[in-house]
Amino acid sequence: MTQLALVIDLNVCVGCHACVTSCKEWNTSGWAGPMTDFDPYGADPTGTFFNRVQTFEVGQFPNTQTVHFPKSCLHCEEPPCVPVCPTGASYKRAEDGIVLVDYDKCIGCKYCSWACPYGARELDEKQKVMKKCTLCVDRIYDEALPESERLPACVMACPTNARLFGDVHDSESEVSRQIRDNGGYQLMPEWGTKPANHYLPRRKTEIRIHEDELVRADNPLKKEGVPARPPADRPTLDDTTSW
Amino acid sequence: MHPAFSVIFLTTLIGAGQGLFLALFTGQLYALANLLPQQDDRYFYGLGSDLAVLFLGLGLLASFFHLGHPERAWRSAAMWRTSWLSREVIVLPAALVLIALYGLIHWMEWTTPFFVIRDALPVDASLIVGVLAMLAVFALYIATGMIYASIRFLQEWHSALTVINYGLLGIASGFTFAAAFSAWIGNGLVGFYGTWAVIITLAALVTRSASLIRNRRIKHKSTLQTAIGIRHTHIQQKAQGAMGGSFNTREYMHHQSPPFLHKVLVVFMVTVFTLPILLLAASYWLESPYLPAAAFVVQYLGLLAERWYFFADARHPQNLYYQSVS
Repeated sequence: MTQLALVIDLNVCVGCHACVTSCKEWNTSGWAGPMTDFDPYGADPTGTFFNRVQTFEVGQFPNTQTVHFPKSCLHCEEPPCVPVCPTGASYKRAEDGIVLVDYDKCIGCKYCSWACPYGARELDEKQKVMKKCTLCVDRIYDEALPESERLPACVMACPTNARLFGDVHDSESEVSRQIRDNGGYQLMPEWGTKPANHYLPRRKTEIRIHEDELVRADNPLKKEGVPARPPADRPTLDDTTSW
Repeated sequence: MHPAFSVIFLTTLIGAGQGLFLALFTGQLYALANLLPQQDDRYFYGLGSDLAVLFLGLGLLASFFHLGHPERAWRSAAMWRTSWLSREVIVLPAALVLIALYGLIHWMEWTTPFFVIRDALPVDASLIVGVLAMLAVFALYIATGMIYASIRFLQEWHSALTVINYGLLGIASGFTFAAAFSAWIGNGLVGFYGTWAVIITLAALVTRSASLIRNRRIKHKSTLQTAIGIRHTHIQQKAQGAMGGSFNTREYMHHQSPPFLHKVLVVFMVTVFTLPILLLAASYWLESPYLPAAAFVVQYLGLLAERWYFFADARHPQNLYYQSVS
């Protein structure tokens, strides 16, 4: 079975929001209608996004790390948002594992958004239906595009290649190999939702050096000679052991 | 969670309507067992059922204001196999129709027994429809409560107490209304309904307090560490992806201060439990037709506050991703 997913490498994400803007650009121009913004240039702007980049500061000054954290629908393998939908508008595709919303069936009751612990779903205030990341389902299968461009818009846009796209059920795929080799993890594993999207942690290349490795204990220039004799008042080996 | 007034009115109105029907049918069963005098069918049962239907109808109307696309509401009956919301959407109109039919049977006085069991229990149309309506009403309480109790991420709601509270609080307000209704038409059942209203209100006090205590001691499964997967005790959010608000900062947060929440708690504990019990007890001695009505009004307004608090009290794990506005 195929499970398409994103793998997001927090080690190289620089927080440039290119994935956010490219996602919005592609998906707001598509057949499914705009992702509406309200008051975009005013004091209190708001709008629908499938993907947002958040920033966290880890640690206390001066030992801090800035972590940029892109967040979109994780396309869970056990999606809790799907069974609660009263109309069947929310569904998980059997063929590729993408979780989608049928905008023509959604009644905008927001119950699915309550049942998602990640807050990945947003109600479009204009169209009054629930929206979320589609993994650019209208790009990745589009045969009019060159094969190298059949990728989600965010993956295409990422300048540091922090976003990888592929089948996480295929053990030999690039995404599976990255998850396996670089400690890929899932968000909120405690709920058993089995998110398909994985995150690669911050990684540091370190060598461990012990104190004694900094000082040479075995001086090669040391002059060899007869070891010093023990003092005369101390017992010798003959006094303490019987052969 | 953000308390939505459409849902607050839906749950409190249908709760009272269901409770009122249960009160009427309890009265009929007691009369059948000769524990209470027979009532005038047309006015007590007929008009009473109409009022219950009115409560359920108003609740149903309120629920439409919750939907982005009310014209597609019929679609929500589709997923009854998995969704408690879908089950509620089916059971609510079913209960409404059965209660209306029950009222109609009493109003038209189609109460000639079909047959008599052991010369003691005359089975007529009102009894059969009444039993069916009673089952629908209980199923509706369970479905309404389970909509909230079934979401395991909202640990404050994920408990049997949620379902029990929805049931008991609804039945309590329905019996209080029945006491007020009896006082109004002067049929002498004020004492009967008033006593049951006090008993059920006290039972609800116990279970609601239990859920409040449970929620004070709750240990949330998700933390900021599991939310973003970084193992460090000091993590500060610097940006949440949007300068203004988003759906995430509106739908899951109540935007009120802890002192305000505490005030709502005190207000609903007094108005749902203490005042109605005192008013019903006073009406016992004063025999005033206004006191039970006042008890219902006070309790219903209190239930609005109780339901508001029920939503505000639940902390959604997605709020971990929205700790600060940058």
